[in-house]
Amino acid sequence: MTADRNLRRSPLHGVRDRLATLSGAITVAEVPFLAQINLRITRRSEPRPGGSTSDGDVDVLWLGPDEFLVVGPPGSEQRLISAYSGPEASVVDVSAQRTALDLDGPGVRELLAFGCSIDLHPRVFAVGDCAQTVLAHTPVVLQRRMSGFRVLVRSSFAAHLAAWILDASPDLTAGH
Amino acid sequence: MMLIPCPWCGPRDESEFHYGGQAGVAYPADPAALSDAEWARYLFFRDNPKGPFRERWSHSAGCRRWFSLVRDTVTNEVLS
Amino acid sequence: MTQPYRLERGGLVDRDTPLSFRFDGREYQGFRGDTLASALLANGVLRVADSLRLGRPRGVFSAGIEEPNAIVQIEEPFPEPMLTATTVELYGGLVARSLRGHGRLAGDPDPARYDSTHAHCDVLVIGAGPAGLAAAATAASSGARVILLDDQPRPGGSLLGTGEHLDWVDTVAAELAAAPETRVLTRTTAFGYYDDNHVIAVQRRTGHLGALAPAHLSREGVWRIRARQVVLATGAHERSLAFADNDRPGVMLAGAARTYVNRYGVLPGRRAVVLTTNDSAYAAARDLAAAGVEIATIADLRPGVQNGEALPGWAVARVHGEERVSAVTLRSPDGAGREVDADLLLVSGGWNPVGALYSQAGGRLAYDPELGAFRPDGGCRQNLFVAGAAGGSYHLGVCLAEGAAMGGRAADAAGFTARGIVLPEAADPAGTPPAAVWTLPGGDPAVQFADLQRDVTVADLARATGTGMRSVEHVKRYTTAGTAHDQGRTGGTLTSGVVAELLGVEVGALGTTTFRPPYAPVSFAALAGRDRGMLFDPVRVTALHGRHESHGALFENVGQWKRPWYYPRDGEDMAGAVLRECRAAREGVAMMDASTLGKIDVQGPDAGDFLDRLYTNMISTLKPGAIRYGVMCRPDGMVFDDGTVIRLTDERFLVTTTTGNAAAVLDWMEEWLQTEWPELRVRCTSVTEHWATVALVGPRSRDVLAAVAPGLDVSRAGFGFMTWRDTEVAGLSARVCRISFSGELAYEINVSWWDALTLWEALLAAGAAHGITPYGTETMHVLRAEKGYPIIGQDTDGTVTPHDLGLGWAVSKKKADFIGKRSFTRTDTARPDRKQLVGLLPDDGGLLPEGAHLVTAAPQRVLGHVTSSYRSAALGRTFALALLRGGRDLIGQTVWATLDDGLVPVTVTGSVLYDPEGTRRDG
Repeated sequence: MTADRNLRRSPLHGVRDRLATLSGAITVAEVPFLAQINLRITRRSEPRPGGSTSDGDVDVLWLGPDEFLVVGPPGSEQRLISAYSGPEASVVDVSAQRTALDLDGPGVRELLAFGCSIDLHPRVFAVGDCAQTVLAHTPVVLQRRMSGFRVLVRSSFAAHLAAWILDASPDLTAGH
Repeated sequence: MMLIPCPWCGPRDESEFHYGGQAGVAYPADPAALSDAEWARYLFFRDNPKGPFRERWSHSAGCRRWFSLVRDTVTNEVLS
Repeated sequence: MTQPYRLERGGLVDRDTPLSFRFDGREYQGFRGDTLASALLANGVLRVADSLRLGRPRGVFSAGIEEPNAIVQIEEPFPEPMLTATTVELYGGLVARSLRGHGRLAGDPDPARYDSTHAHCDVLVIGAGPAGLAAAATAASSGARVILLDDQPRPGGSLLGTGEHLDWVDTVAAELAAAPETRVLTRTTAFGYYDDNHVIAVQRRTGHLGALAPAHLSREGVWRIRARQVVLATGAHERSLAFADNDRPGVMLAGAARTYVNRYGVLPGRRAVVLTTNDSAYAAARDLAAAGVEIATIADLRPGVQNGEALPGWAVARVHGEERVSAVTLRSPDGAGREVDADLLLVSGGWNPVGALYSQAGGRLAYDPELGAFRPDGGCRQNLFVAGAAGGSYHLGVCLAEGAAMGGRAADAAGFTARGIVLPEAADPAGTPPAAVWTLPGGDPAVQFADLQRDVTVADLARATGTGMRSVEHVKRYTTAGTAHDQGRTGGTLTSGVVAELLGVEVGALGTTTFRPPYAPVSFAALAGRDRGMLFDPVRVTALHGRHESHGALFENVGQWKRPWYYPRDGEDMAGAVLRECRAAREGVAMMDASTLGKIDVQGPDAGDFLDRLYTNMISTLKPGAIRYGVMCRPDGMVFDDGTVIRLTDERFLVTTTTGNAAAVLDWMEEWLQTEWPELRVRCTSVTEHWATVALVGPRSRDVLAAVAPGLDVSRAGFGFMTWRDTEVAGLSARVCRISFSGELAYEINVSWWDALTLWEALLAAGAAHGITPYGTETMHVLRAEKGYPIIGQDTDGTVTPHDLGLGWAVSKKKADFIGKRSFTRTDTARPDRKQLVGLLPDDGGLLPEGAHLVTAAPQRVLGHVTSSYRSAALGRTFALALLRGGRDLIGQTVWATLDDGLVPVTVTGSVLYDPEGTRRDG
């Protein structure tokens, strides 16, 4: 018996169309099926605490003093596991643990401020900075990118977060 | 809402943290060697000062690291 | 003219926008820019409410948030109780009525949206009067991020009431609005000042638009502002004096009357008597006279004052008129009386710096005898500065200079350097110092009001001190003075003054009451924001949630998770559905979404040792490929969690936790690793949502698995109980565990979250011939309870040991130590008569309510309670689990369950009621 691959589902599969209707103040898009590796290793200096690094198609996000999240394109799990495994390292495939939402637009900071207590002003939270924090009562990893923010949200919370974004969007004043 | 200085992530809202009670209460090296009274003291007794108190916090919504700080229990000022 | 008390010109109202409104059933007109109070005054309506306790007529007393009297109910567009007419902005179609104390909540849900936002700044300035504007402009000149907030619709503060320097106000406001890092929030009241400069404010966004408010925008929003530095420029409130009938409509604060004339172009009366302790009332009298109010006389309570036509040392002895002031009897220092006709009595008993936020911030308010008021003592531990009248500076020039200075210091403290700003010229005339006066002599103390909103009089305060109370805090609680929703803004200091007089002590020694949030009333809707309905708390769903919905599942909340509870078919009730699902699991094949179980990857050279320390049983002896059930306790020996431990490799395990405890167990592991055993080389990572898990249960489960996993040896010998295999299932990478939470032959199949639907559909298809049946948590509970498997958190409550649960077999006797071990030999945990988990069979076949108490027959002694109770398809009867004192010694005996309508006999049994020999797990 073989699988029907058309049944593969990212956590926000069901709300993709509704998120796509947002435009103007914010745009929101799920980036599904990213490969994600939790890397635990001591004595690694990059990225610095609260930062992330990008190398080609792979981002490394700081999660804790010995903990990093390696994010690569869909299907790159084995490549990342091989690249980061080592005697002092522990590597866990967590690809489906979280899904990614890319948020952009002139209202994106205003949107995040509705539900996130940390200061996201570019003086404080610059491009490349990342934080594990709470957004809409939901644990997230937040990364500031060249344009907008990436929110990595636990798969079980993703639908709640999407509903929260859709509910908040009428109140955004930016871009109007 | 206190602002608690996580040694790794910087100041964050108190709601991102779990409180761990009095710091410096070590798990006894050999629990079996303790009397019931001594073991009960470890389990159930903690200081409750009015003023500076060294206590444990975990940045549970952030880097998940445990750390200690001294807080004035009257004013909530973090002293160190 | 429809507004007989409206001036021909002047004021900041928009005369081109007339607005119609109704009050107490009558139609009136006002202008945009009015408050309900100013519009009522313009129409000659002064009496707006009856007092709470005594029902005395009351009029508009102030022009702002300090209002104690003018409490109104808004009826349309949406009912809102207990608003002050002095803060309700007028809009067309407003319908309001007067209130006697208590308002009425709307019967319907509020259709408006509310929200809440977080903000951060270097300098937060609270109050946009002269000091606040100067502070904000100075701070903004440094490049610092500045937030300026004010409760009025426009900046200006007291200048709006005095009409001075409005050009400067407009210029500064425009500059601030254009500054890139500055935000000006009007109609915004800071109501809470918490630790670490966390200031909470509510912004009224669309309420002033009435029915024209856009429905998609939030009506109000709460701002949670974290400021590095704060400048409090909250100004001062004028206070009253205690004299007989000082509550009559027409008695008004002098500064408020000035505001009605200058800001709203409204005359509060035609002929006024002024009573004052300080110079500020003279400016009010001048402005009113210029607007056409006849100033009959000024009684100045300072005996030595030399000020034109004022009567030095004169006081008010009586106020005539009940519905409205008609005349005032004045008394000279030597006792001579004089009755003066007037429809307005303007009072200035001095000014109180608004210190509520300073007090909330942890600062102390100290009495300043020269000021005759309590003001910030300057010793607050938070990063704040006080400027202007909030600190007791009442001259405009001083306020402006202080504002600029404090704004600059705040920016400096935040690491910025301010440039200077241009301040308007303000001459501060030398004057006569104020006098601190509280009660005026003569008159009936029972009508000398200290707190207008609570109807607390000098007589009430005397009764309090007469009972022996010496603390103003006690007097407050005894008399309720200061506890109304105006929080004693006009009456609090007066109350302290009167009590000090009664006790014969200094006001400063007596002190004032403590201020607590909220400074001003704030609606629950605003506090809730968008955390309502489905957004109140995050709802967590599994990858299969949509599929469960299409199966028609009803859901149960398990922590934040939604789990399928049962899957009713047409016309089926819960009992019927659960019996059918149970039967399928025991007789055929059934499947359940078990994805919510917590999953933690534990790896490292010391992982086995670490798990030995956490679990009560031995884990390190587990072979790779095998699975063991484990129990975790707290150090006090009480069960904390349970689950399975899978050994993946020598140095790697996967542990499962209960659904509700996944985060707590991971935190628990990190706590011990980081704080007690840092030498252990172990790392723990949550993979709860990486995997989706489907439990495949029942005698036919092997057949179904064989069909979807052709590469897997599913034979009894080839795939033993409590082992796992990595294999392909339905073409997916999968991990299959042979474990059972029902006693039946069963498997748990794990695939990526993304592939859950693929797996589910494949199992449905492969099991169709066997009647495969999806089941929910209720059936899971019945199946496990029939086997006596406890559910942590349902059959336990933090006071239950593994031995109490009959899990003594899972407690290692070989290990030197593990968390909880020492506690098992404590006197209390070793007692033989502890509550133990047992089974119950109700003699009458009824279903016992969970939580029912269990007692002995006579005398009735409580033995324990029912923890789980179900109908069993397999047993053909109802049964329950219970925690029962000395329960295992009571097996075979009868105890009694207490129900609403009496006692029901139940027979105690062992906890394993179904297949006690365990013959079914291998199929």
